Amino acid sequence: MSVMLEVRNVSKSFGGVRANRDVSLSVPQGGIVGLIGPNGSGKTTLFSSIVGYHPIDSGSIRFEGRELSRLRVPQIAREGLLRTFQQTRIYGEMTCTENMIISADLRRSGVLDLFRPYTRSMRDRAHELLEFVGLYEKRRLQAGSLSFGQQKLLEFAMALMNEPKMLMLDEPTAGINPTLINGLIDRLKRANAEYGVTLFVIEHNMRVIMDLVDHVYCLAHGEMLADGTPGEVQNDPRVLDAYLGAH
Amino acid sequence: MNRVHMRVLLYAALLLLGVAGPWLFPSYIGQMGDLWLFIVFALTWDLCGGQMGYNSFGNVFFLGLGMYGCVVTQVGLFHSVSQYTAARGGSAEFEFNALQWLTGLLVGLPVGALVALVGAVVFGALILAMRGHYFAICTLGLGIAAGELASGWQWIGAGSGMTTPLPPDSLGDTNVLLYYLAFGLAAINFAIFRWLYTTRFGLAINAIRDDEEKAEAMGLRTTRIKVTAWAIGAVFLGFAGGILGNFKAFIDPIDVAFSGATFGVWMILMAMLGGKGTLWGPVIGAVVFQFTKELFWTYLLGWQRVALGLLIVLIVVFFPTGILGWLREHFPERFGRGADEPSPPNGVEPTTEGRA
Repeated sequence: MSVMLEVRNVSKSFGGVRANRDVSLSVPQGGIVGLIGPNGSGKTTLFSSIVGYHPIDSGSIRFEGRELSRLRVPQIAREGLLRTFQQTRIYGEMTCTENMIISADLRRSGVLDLFRPYTRSMRDRAHELLEFVGLYEKRRLQAGSLSFGQQKLLEFAMALMNEPKMLMLDEPTAGINPTLINGLIDRLKRANAEYGVTLFVIEHNMRVIMDLVDHVYCLAHGEMLADGTPGEVQNDPRVLDAYLGAH
Repeated sequence: MNRVHMRVLLYAALLLLGVAGPWLFPSYIGQMGDLWLFIVFALTWDLCGGQMGYNSFGNVFFLGLGMYGCVVTQVGLFHSVSQYTAARGGSAEFEFNALQWLTGLLVGLPVGALVALVGAVVFGALILAMRGHYFAICTLGLGIAAGELASGWQWIGAGSGMTTPLPPDSLGDTNVLLYYLAFGLAAINFAIFRWLYTTRFGLAINAIRDDEEKAEAMGLRTTRIKVTAWAIGAVFLGFAGGILGNFKAFIDPIDVAFSGATFGVWMILMAMLGGKGTLWGPVIGAVVFQFTKELFWTYLLGWQRVALGLLIVLIVVFFPTGILGWLREHFPERFGRGADEPSPPNGVEPTTEGRA
């Protein structure tokens, strides 16, 4: 499998806080890769660096061979690398269908293309994906009136509507009730298999990591601590120490 | 009678009122002309303030640019602008024959709109990079600064302002012509916005209102979209400025052209009164506002501004979502979301399902 995302020796400090130190990792095309680590270990900082929220201090980030570290957020999104947020973000006053339609792929279109009324096929696709995440019945509701878990599902559907090559999910199962989690894992796997979306997932829930990912990286104190299959990492004494506080 | 019939009937009634207005109420042409322009003010303010969430206090900037752009063209096509302003207008040496007057107006209006458009594009990229309160304060400054600059610029009459070219007697009452220009502008403005809100552009500016950072993360070109929205509003306001200037016949830089204290505040008030972020809200707001304003000015003279202030307080406290917002909350089946949007292609589904 070819490498889709390649992070090399990335460092990022905020004042005196060194959030990421010399972090390297790679995500293969079509793979599902996990990123774990205790709270404050720099996972979200790394995500934000990759999608262009802040400039990195040193290192390089390549997506399909193209250097990303100089591009801005919308440009990176149009390259086909999309992220979802830990604090779920949807367009609260718009209906679910509208949320979906405005999320449709914009890579090949300019501002003028926005002046066309949306097509039937776009609406059908929106409904299809809402059905996929189980929100079809809610399509006419304002997105802001959905429960937190439903908003997470909507955000996931919006990301799929954008037809990204790679999707980075920041804690997709946080705040979702346990029975829904299985359904979400299943949908993530299907998105990967049926729509060919490469996934890169931050997750605290080890059950999700074990079920979902092929390969997992563990960050601690901003540094890459370990990586391997979920089984290997779960039994790595350094990882256990990092979580349980031996440091 | 279903909703489509109702809508057709409503549009027909409005169109008839607009066209027959000067015959039905000949002594109120001025007020009705103002009303159509107010509808343009409220609609264009709401495009950014309501639909995009960027509350501008400086849209008078575009109104003033349009007004000066128009009148300078009207004069400049046939005379020297500096001599005209030095003579304070009206003097007999600056006569305009019927053809000159009409040509000046027809060329001047688009020129004014163009000047406003350029102003929006130049300043938009700078000012729209700011968010929330910072944007609001900055636009306020823009309107005030423009007024101050205009009152110091001798070529356009500085603080003494500028009169618009006097129409020759042969043209009869040109207010009727201006009235129809105002009505036409409002009708075109409404039709274009109605269409605009059905496109993905409409959704894009709504997305920016709801969560701009998310919109960026989804790949939307937010800066270009914001500037485009501001520029669309500016074009209509530019046209409105040219018409308003000729209605008033005299352009004072601070009290008419860049009048933040009257038109600038009224724009916002009308949109809020009718219902921010809706298509019909600004229209309803403008109508209600113009009627109350005229009533206050007629029956409460001396206290009219107090009454207007009280009205603002009442709106903000009791109708924070405006008239249309209130109706939507209380009568969702008739005024719910979708009532002023074209029905979905598979129109069999109820449009207000689950919305309360």
